Amino acid sequence: MRVMAQMAMVMNLDKCIGCHTCSVTCKQTWTNRSGTEYVWFNNVETRPGEGYPRRYEDQERWRGGWRLDRRGRLTLRSGGRLRKLLTIFANPRLPSLADYYEPWTYDYAALTDAPLQEHAPVARPRSLVSGEPMKISWSANWDDDLGGSPGLEERDVVLRQVSEKVRLEFEKTFMFYLPRICEHCLNPSCAASCPSGAIYKRTEDGIVLVDQDRCRGWRMCITGCPYKKVYFNHRTGKAEKCTFCFPRVEVGLPTVCAETCVGRLRYIGLMLYDADKVLRAASAPKETDLYEAQLEVFLDPHDPAVVAAAERAGIPPDWIEAARRSPVHALISTYRLALPLHPEYRTLPMVWYIPPLSPVVDAVRDTGEDAEDSGNLFAAIEALRIPVDYLARLFTAGDPAPVDAVLRRLAAMRSYMRDINLGREPDERIPAEVGMTGEQMREMFRLLALAKYDERYVIPPAHAEQAHRLDELATECSLDRDGGPGMGGWGPFGETSGGAAPVAVENFHMLRQRQTADRPAGPSETRGRVNLLNWDGRGRPPGLFPPRRDGAGPGGTASRAGSGAAETEHRS
Amino acid sequence: MISVVIGQVRRLADAAEGGRAGVEDVLLWAVLPYVAIAVFVLGHYWRYRYDKFGWTTRSSQLHENRLLRIGSPLFHFGVLIVLLGHVGGLLVPNAWTEAAGISEHAYHVAAVTLGTAAGLCTLTGLAILIYRRRTVGPVFSATTRNDKLMYAVLTLVVVLGLAATVAANLAGGGYDYRETVSPWFRSVFLLRPDPDLMADVPILFRLHALSAMLLLGIWPFTRLVHMLTAPIGYLTRPYIVYRSRDARLGARAPRRGWERIP
Ligand code: SF4
Ligand code: SF4
Repeated sequence: MRVMAQMAMVMNLDKCIGCHTCSVTCKQTWTNRSGTEYVWFNNVETRPGEGYPRRYEDQERWRGGWRLDRRGRLTLRSGGRLRKLLTIFANPRLPSLADYYEPWTYDYAALTDAPLQEHAPVARPRSLVSGEPMKISWSANWDDDLGGSPGLEERDVVLRQVSEKVRLEFEKTFMFYLPRICEHCLNPSCAASCPSGAIYKRTEDGIVLVDQDRCRGWRMCITGCPYKKVYFNHRTGKAEKCTFCFPRVEVGLPTVCAETCVGRLRYIGLMLYDADKVLRAASAPKETDLYEAQLEVFLDPHDPAVVAAAERAGIPPDWIEAARRSPVHALISTYRLALPLHPEYRTLPMVWYIPPLSPVVDAVRDTGEDAEDSGNLFAAIEALRIPVDYLARLFTAGDPAPVDAVLRRLAAMRSYMRDINLGREPDERIPAEVGMTGEQMREMFRLLALAKYDERYVIPPAHAEQAHRLDELATECSLDRDGGPGMGGWGPFGETSGGAAPVAVENFHMLRQRQTADRPAGPSETRGRVNLLNWDGRGRPPGLFPPRRDGAGPGGTASRAGSGAAETEHRS
Repeated sequence: MISVVIGQVRRLADAAEGGRAGVEDVLLWAVLPYVAIAVFVLGHYWRYRYDKFGWTTRSSQLHENRLLRIGSPLFHFGVLIVLLGHVGGLLVPNAWTEAAGISEHAYHVAAVTLGTAAGLCTLTGLAILIYRRRTVGPVFSATTRNDKLMYAVLTLVVVLGLAATVAANLAGGGYDYRETVSPWFRSVFLLRPDPDLMADVPILFRLHALSAMLLLGIWPFTRLVHMLTAPIGYLTRPYIVYRSRDARLGARAPRRGWERIP
């Protein structure tokens, strides 16, 4: 037994309202630089729907993840090492920008510079990549809320896999949101595909990162990741991916997406697992066995043998304690409510999902029956093959049994708790029907419905003796590199050549620069266009306002003094 | 060490006076090569030390794939074969191949055919890539001045090399560079540069060699650096790389005096 700790996340899909707050805050934190306009470390998809990038689940086309070869051994679906090296000059399976979308801004200058005319002037969209006028036709959530729209059954990869009947009827049935980040897999195929070995899994917390100093832009990881969660920064020529907000997690804070989630549906905690079992689990012969196989990789932090082994492996006691209190462990292993996304990719993903019961509840309610009654709900789960089959395609490689079981537990909780809330005598037969006790059910309800901040996020900080080196604390006076390499702008050898700065520091600089500078960031600056996404309301980007007549008008100078300066002082 | 250098300088000075090589020949064929090699080596060291982040292919495949899919492999595989050909032609003396039972003529025919074919591939690939760079909007706007210089010099080297081969062998009666250029090349690496050998070499070969030295000189400062980190290690390393947070937390080494006590 080789015990390792993994930082993991669970999302409760019933609660996601599809507000995209997580995507936007993540973007403002990590990918608001030029070169990453199209990069969404966190994105929220409407399902049924195509996803982002378009049809990323079509592994026949993109060849992401692992598969078993004829002898039953695990191999990369996109081919072995030699094949990778031979196709390195032009990766045949790389999504193009069209599969994501072409980022744009608007010609705001037209609004203010236009001469007096009969019609109101319009701000036409312009590509942020080529600077040319363009027609906007797609974006990261273009099909937002279009769950049942016609023609979708052709484009949704998962929907194509479920049966004909389901496909014909799905329009009437359901829609839900699926927020996605990098899965920080136990068996990451992105890392396995990287020719230069720049992508690594951290031994302490299992976070999968791209070493920006070692990435050479070979682009194989993008193909390798079946979830398409590695992106190519087209200005620096390096791969970038979700970092699980490691600078925050290291000091015990939840990721930005979790912290800002409006539905409070994300849980973060540790999972202990046996690294020796990973390969065997990922090579399970039947795809439908992969969910169970991955469950077996996880270790029970309450088991004294596991604790002893963990201590021997150098996992600090407070981490083991945190693993015991981990809400993620409770949802995945104890209550078996959470399921992995697309286990059939064999990467052993570590962001799990509680499938939504709402399609079932809605269906029952539409019939006029009591949607809180466990009998009705159970019957509906039986009858409504459509959502169940679809969910099974997402979470259990097509096996409806585990999804069924989860939905039944959720339904049971729903009606059991209703009795309690209405002050009636709780019906102990309901939990018994799904193999639980009333006590367990109340605990589960507490975790799902009430959990406060410190119950949702149990994140042991990295150790104090290393604290001065933690990225977020920045006690090393990182500002000594102000204006130095890595701070944006074109270096002599291309965008941001020079040493890489810690992300937090880089972001701080970028923000300060933006707040104090009179010009916007990004390639638009030379062309007088404003990327409103990057503009925070301060400064006077050229072209946004009409030219000032006198020297010292409002805006520019005043806001410059007030914004970044004070903050800068105490940090430098 | 110093006496060796002085000895060399004296020898070269003698050569400049007595031999067929003039002063500028000595500069071009005995001094310049070392300058180019020094810039190449030290430049790479410097770049690796101070600009690891800029060390990348800066691929533009995301923007355009159709032309790249043809042009890039054509160019890269072509240039790899050309490179191998140069290693064979410049480093292996006549005597060795003859000892191996390959007649001079056979060697020559094989080298010229293969070299011309590979050279044409390289040039076609390069032409496609340059055309793509110029005509595809996003790719063009991602092109720096540095890139443009690099493309110009690279094209010059390839064109001159191919022209020299074609002119000497297909148009002319054939030219045996293994009697002159190759020994000169080896003499540079044996630290006994012999500029005399280059004195009567056809002008195209000389220009090709000179442009190649120029390319070596700018190499470490362009995106061409990606060649030195060709990921051969991928063939043998374990698939998943694990790395400890301790090793490099916060992406930077700790400041002096703040190193962690184990
Ligand atoms: S989901 Fe994340 S860890 Fe898994 S293969 Fe993709 S990028 Fe790598
Ligand atoms: S912030 Fe939360 S509720 Fe809103 S889309 Fe993201 S995951 Fe869903």
